Amino acid sequence: MANSLLLVGVGGQGTILVSRILSEGLVEAGYDVKMSEIHGMSQRGGSVTTQIKFGEKVYSPSIGEGEADLLVAFEKLEAARYISHLKKGGTLIVNDEEIYPLSVLTGNADYPDKVLDELVEQVDNVKVVEASRVAEELGEPRCQNIVILGSMVKVLGLENIDWIELIKKNLPERVHEVNIKAFERGLSQ
Amino acid sequence: MKKLLTGNEAIARGAYEAGCLIASAYPGTPSTEILENISQYEEIHSQWSTNEKVALEVGCGASIAGARALVAMKHVGLNVAADPLFTIAYEGVNGGLVIITADEPGMHSSQNEQDNRLYAPHAKVAMVEPADSQECKDFIKEAFEISEKFDTPVLFRVTTRVCHSKGLVELGEREEIGVKEYVKDIRKYIMVPANAKVRHVEMEEERLPKLREYSNNTPLNRIEYKDKRIGIITSGISYYHAKEVFKDKASYLKIGFSYPLPDQLIREFANEVEKLYIIEENEPYIETFVKAMGIDCIGKEILPICGELSPEIIRKAILGEEKKESYSLDMEIPARPPTLCAGCPHRGIFYEVGKYKDKIIATSDIGCYTLGMAPPLGVGDTVICMGAGISAGIGFDRANRKANRDKKVFGFIGDSTFFHSGITGLIDGIYNGSNMVTVILDNRTTGMTGHQENPGTGKRVTGEEAPVIDIEGIVKAIGIKEENIRVIDPYKLDETKEAVKDAYEAEEPFVIIAKQPCALLKEVQRARRGLYCEVDQEKCRKCKVCLRIGCPAISFEDDVISIDRAQCNGCTICLQLCPFDSIELIGESR
Repeated sequence: MANSLLLVGVGGQGTILVSRILSEGLVEAGYDVKMSEIHGMSQRGGSVTTQIKFGEKVYSPSIGEGEADLLVAFEKLEAARYISHLKKGGTLIVNDEEIYPLSVLTGNADYPDKVLDELVEQVDNVKVVEASRVAEELGEPRCQNIVILGSMVKVLGLENIDWIELIKKNLPERVHEVNIKAFERGLSQ
Repeated sequence: MKKLLTGNEAIARGAYEAGCLIASAYPGTPSTEILENISQYEEIHSQWSTNEKVALEVGCGASIAGARALVAMKHVGLNVAADPLFTIAYEGVNGGLVIITADEPGMHSSQNEQDNRLYAPHAKVAMVEPADSQECKDFIKEAFEISEKFDTPVLFRVTTRVCHSKGLVELGEREEIGVKEYVKDIRKYIMVPANAKVRHVEMEEERLPKLREYSNNTPLNRIEYKDKRIGIITSGISYYHAKEVFKDKASYLKIGFSYPLPDQLIREFANEVEKLYIIEENEPYIETFVKAMGIDCIGKEILPICGELSPEIIRKAILGEEKKESYSLDMEIPARPPTLCAGCPHRGIFYEVGKYKDKIIATSDIGCYTLGMAPPLGVGDTVICMGAGISAGIGFDRANRKANRDKKVFGFIGDSTFFHSGITGLIDGIYNGSNMVTVILDNRTTGMTGHQENPGTGKRVTGEEAPVIDIEGIVKAIGIKEENIRVIDPYKLDETKEAVKDAYEAEEPFVIIAKQPCALLKEVQRARRGLYCEVDQEKCRKCKVCLRIGCPAISFEDDVISIDRAQCNGCTICLQLCPFDSIELIGESR
C-alpha cells in the first residue's frame, strides 16, 4: 500500500523544492515513487499542490479526498482548504504562517479567525510547526520550507536517509549551512 | 542507471537517446520543460520558434532534409500548427518526425481542455500515448522508428499528469543516427493537387492498413489478463488511475499506440471479458471506435467528459463507492487565485486604463496580463487565444461602430504573444482601417510559462546571444504613424496616464508599448533587492487609494495600511498614487 503525501502551500513558499528533495530521498531508500505537481500560474501567489506517493509499487499519482496519509500545509489557510483530502486518522503538519490572499489584503474578505484552533480541534493528529519563527531566528526567512522538511522526515520516521547530502545537492553552496540548521531544527520540532 | 524524471524530462532524454538532431517548440504549460531539457543536450539543435506553426514547419523541413526532428507544444498550440500537420501527413518524412501535443484535462493553466487525440484520425497521422515517465522515454524512441518505418509524422500525446509527474526511468545511451541522404522527390514533397491526390490514395490504401496491422501487433498495445469479470480498455494516465482502483480485480487492454486503434486486439479482449469498460479522460475517443465495431461497452454514460479523471471518480462511477472518510471545517475559506505579482510592470498600465473602464472595451490575450481582468483592476472584456487581443479588437470595434456604441477598443498583448501572432492582427487593423488602440506589454520575457527567451530578448533557448527584434520598428513598418506610437515605462504613472489619454482620444490606429522587465526575472530581482516602499503611519490617512491597484504586498489590517518588505520591489506605483505623500521609497537599486 502506497503512502500518500499531499503538500500544499502558496506560490513562492518552496513546496516544490521540498517535494523534490523528499522524492529523491525516497528513491534512495529503494521505494517506487511518483510525484505530481500542479504549477503554471502558481508562481503568481496562487495555491500550489504537490502529491507524492511511495511504496513497493505506485500506480496513480493522484490523491483524492480522504486519501492522504499525511497532509503538509505550508500555510494555515491552505491546510483548511485541503483538509478534506486528509484521511480519517491521518496526520496534519501545519506551518503556523498566514499569507493573505488578495481579497483579504484589500479588505474584501476576512482571513478566518482561529484556523489553527479549529484544525487542532477537528483533526486527530496535528503537528504545528513554527517554521517561519525558526527561519527568522536563523536569519534566513526563505529556509522555512526546509524546517518543514525536517518535521516531515520525523513524522514519516525516515531519519535513516542522508537528507543533509540531498539538501546540499539541491541548494546552492552559500545557503548549505543555514538550511542544514533549518532541517535539524525541523527534525527536533 | 535509474533516475527520477518528470514526463517532460523523460521525453527530452528519449529524444537524446533516439539520435534526434533538431528540436523546436513554443512554450506553453504543460509542455514548456520539454524543449528546456532538450536544449541541455549539445548534440541537438534546439530553438524556441515564434509560434507552433513555425515550430512544426521547422520540424518538417528538418525531417525532409533527413534529420530526426521533434516538435513540442501545448494542446492549443496544435491548432496553430494544424495547417502544416494535415499536409505533412500526406508528404510523410525522411528523418523521423515526432510532434508532441501536451493536453491539459482539468485546465490548470489553459483556456480549454480540447482532446487532441481527435487530431490523429482527422489528419491521419500515427499516434502514441505514454502513461508514465519511463514510457515517455521508451515511446519517443519507438515513435521515431514508427515515423521512419511507415513514412508518417507521429503525434505523441501526453497530458499534464504525465508531463509533470515524476517517476523512475532507466537511462540508456544515445544512438547517433546522423542525417539521412536527401533525394529530391517532388512527387512526395511538393503538395500540388496532382501529387496530393496520389499521396492521399497511397495513405489510405498503403500506409494506414500497414499501421493498423502494426497497432494489432506492437507491444505498445498490450493485454493484461487478470480477473476477467471486468475488462478495461484504457490509455495514458487513465491506465494508472484504473490500476489503482482495480489492481488484479480486472483485466486491461492498455493502449500505447492509439491511432490507428488495434481492432483485432480490441475484439479479442472484448470476447474474453464479461463486462467491458472504457476508461479515458475527456472525449470518448476509444469508446466511439469500440462502439462503432458493434461491441457493447460502458464509458461516458458513467464517466465524465469534463475535467481530469482520478481513481476517486472511477471508484465512485464504477463501484458506486462513496468518498473516503475525511475531515471538514465549517468556515468560509477565501479563494487564492493567481494575481499580478508585487512589482509587476503590467499593474501601472491596467490602473490607468482602468480609469476609462466604462468608456472602453478591453480585448485581452494569453499571458500574465490576462490577470488584469481581476478586481480591483478589472480591465478585460474578452480572452480567446494567442493573438486575439488585437484581432478580436478589430471585430469588436467594427461592431461597436455599427451599433453607434461610443466605446473605444483597447487590445492588450504581451511581447512574446505579439511575435507569436499579434503582428498579423496589427497589419489587418491598419489595412482595414480599424482605429483601435493596441497596448503591447513588453516585459522582456515569456512570463506566464516561467521566463522563456523570445525574439525580443536577445537570447536563445541555449543562452546564446541573438539579434533583438525591435517591436517599435515593426509597429512603424506596419504603418502606425510615429505620432500615434508611445513607448512608455509603466512604472511611471504620469507618462502612462498621458499615453492612455492620447490613445483614448486618437482618431487613428494607436500603439502603446509599455516597456519594463518582469519583476521576477533574476537580474531584475538582483538589481532591485535593496528597494522597497514603506508607509509613514503618521502621514497615512487610510484613504485606501493604494489598495485600488491590487498589489499583494500592500495590506489593510487592524486599521493599518502596511507594505510587506519581502514582496515589495519598490516599483513605486502606490507611492505615486498616495494623495498624502505617506509612502516612501527606501534603499537603492544595484
